[in-house]
Amino acid sequence: MAERTAIIGSRVGLHARPAAIFAEAAAELPVEVTIALEGEPADEAMDASSILSLMGLGAEHGTSVVLRAEGEGAEAALDQLVTILETDHDAE
Amino acid sequence: MSKKFTGVGVSAGRVIGRVRRMPEPILAPADGAPLPAGVSAEEETARLTEASKAVATGLKERAALATGDAQAVLKATALMASDRSLLKSATKLVTGGTCAESAIWEAADAVATQLTALGGYMAERAGDVLDVRARIVAELRGVPAPGIPDSDEPFILAAVDLAPADTATLDPAKVLALVTSDGGPQSHTAIIARSLGLPAIVAAPETTELADGDLVFVDGIDGQVVTDPSEAEEHLATTYANREVLPDFSGTGELSDGYRVPLLSNVGSGEDAQAAAAAGAEGVGLLRTEFCFLGKDKEPTHEEQVAAYGAVFAAFAGKKVVVRTLDAGADKPLPFLTDSSEPNPALGVRGYRTDLTSPGVLERQLKAIAQATSEHEADVWVMAPMISTPAEAQDFAEMAKAAGLATAGTMIEVPSAAVLAGQILQRCDFVSIGTNDLTQYTMAADRQLGTLAELNDPWQPAVLHMVAATTAGAQSAGGKPVGVCGEAAADPALAVVLVGLGVNTLSMNKRALAPVSAVLRTVDLANAQRLAKLALDAPSAELARSVVRAELSELDRFGL
Repeated sequence: MAERTAIIGSRVGLHARPAAIFAEAAAELPVEVTIALEGEPADEAMDASSILSLMGLGAEHGTSVVLRAEGEGAEAALDQLVTILETDHDAE
Repeated sequence: MSKKFTGVGVSAGRVIGRVRRMPEPILAPADGAPLPAGVSAEEETARLTEASKAVATGLKERAALATGDAQAVLKATALMASDRSLLKSATKLVTGGTCAESAIWEAADAVATQLTALGGYMAERAGDVLDVRARIVAELRGVPAPGIPDSDEPFILAAVDLAPADTATLDPAKVLALVTSDGGPQSHTAIIARSLGLPAIVAAPETTELADGDLVFVDGIDGQVVTDPSEAEEHLATTYANREVLPDFSGTGELSDGYRVPLLSNVGSGEDAQAAAAAGAEGVGLLRTEFCFLGKDKEPTHEEQVAAYGAVFAAFAGKKVVVRTLDAGADKPLPFLTDSSEPNPALGVRGYRTDLTSPGVLERQLKAIAQATSEHEADVWVMAPMISTPAEAQDFAEMAKAAGLATAGTMIEVPSAAVLAGQILQRCDFVSIGTNDLTQYTMAADRQLGTLAELNDPWQPAVLHMVAATTAGAQSAGGKPVGVCGEAAADPALAVVLVGLGVNTLSMNKRALAPVSAVLRTVDLANAQRLAKLALDAPSAELARSVVRAELSELDRFGL
């Protein structure tokens, strides 16, 4: 099991636009990725490719979240997703 | 064969185009309705997946054509439509024996509730989830998606009526005109059409016959829709399209002979006031103070009120600002003032009458207005709404003077006040005619009712007679000032009639300043008086309007 902690970089939190970018990226990966607020049990983690689950987390700017994935390519996949989460997409 | 449908023109303009009908709203499926007979859960799940994919694809296609924020929103909505966790929870319900429509309805409901609970921005996104849900259900049912139709070509939108949520997504580049079978001159459709400058007709019941693709001529000036337009209609539309651009309002309202008619603006906030001043308004003829009160569950404090009024006065230093005291009740209820159990609120405790049931609020408001007046340079006048008798006018004037306000007047909205304007003006300094309510009360026709839109027309000769009674009363009281601050003042042709009837000032939405000024400058006082007489003597609103308009050739030049 690969695991990464990321801090939400988007200044408005994980709302529609950043969530859409992230969900699309997660859906394209060869592995299934889950996301949870830091400190929440792993079995309550959500599907990272679901925009509605992402929005439902209510993660704001600076919130820590944990990404998890298993299988081949998991490490590289998570690294890629952490970069997306920590980018402020509203600054573009 | 060409057909003609009549309604009420609420926003000027003449245009020809193809109709797109607003789809019927999607009704909720029954709670937990079972799978249709003979359909397995697997088949139903496949149907649901197909429908969600189709909606997502449609939204993605639209996103590809859009740019900027609209594109981002459409992209996010497309992802919601094919969202894995949403489909997973809906599929779980289908597997438990629920049909696809009810399953997606319930699953999306849970998501929307969760987003609403997060509050703020996320709560607003709950609406997107419900929109996606309605689209998926429409797809499952094989009916058109809800909301304003998508079309590559600009179209004429036909609907029963439009809700605020529909008009928010209305793209003025895609919509040529609005036609509704229901709704009245004060409906949301009418308001949005005027603010976007789109031709619009409301309360045209027969337009329910119009179908997608019908070629029609929409005349927002005469309130008519004509199917299969002929050359005559094409000519009208072309003339309108080639109309002259209105000159900006110079800041001085006058007739062709130099007779002064100050043109003021109706405003509802400090921001509004600045915009009105920038548009050249010679002052404020109606400051609606409700903006300071609406949406509150208790009376605003003295300091809050002083600041709110002061923001308006600051925009009009050295100019007149007529403040209407709180006009709560009827269509503008306030929780701390309005008895919502009244069977007939339009005839109930509203406007000045709330001083009977909630004494003190008006006195405190007058004090706040006086305080704000002392802090600014504007020439502040105050007036009370819904005055019915000379005694009420006197009481109000005394109250205003006691608060330290020099100029106090009353609104003329109730026919009794129009008839007794002379006596009223012996007891106060000026009057201002609120034509919307004066029409509603003179014609005994609820202004919110589309069915009665024809009666609710300020061109009704009886309403014009009420205006004439008011100006006659003002003359008998020594020539005290009479203003008009209703929608009537914003109709350039009617503005000419009002001046001819002896009205001294007109107050309107700032968008109307330029057209009203342009038309007033084409007539002299004698001509305005002659046209006023024609309108007074007409047997119907329709004839009053057409006989006056026929004499004002400049209306066509500017497409008004």
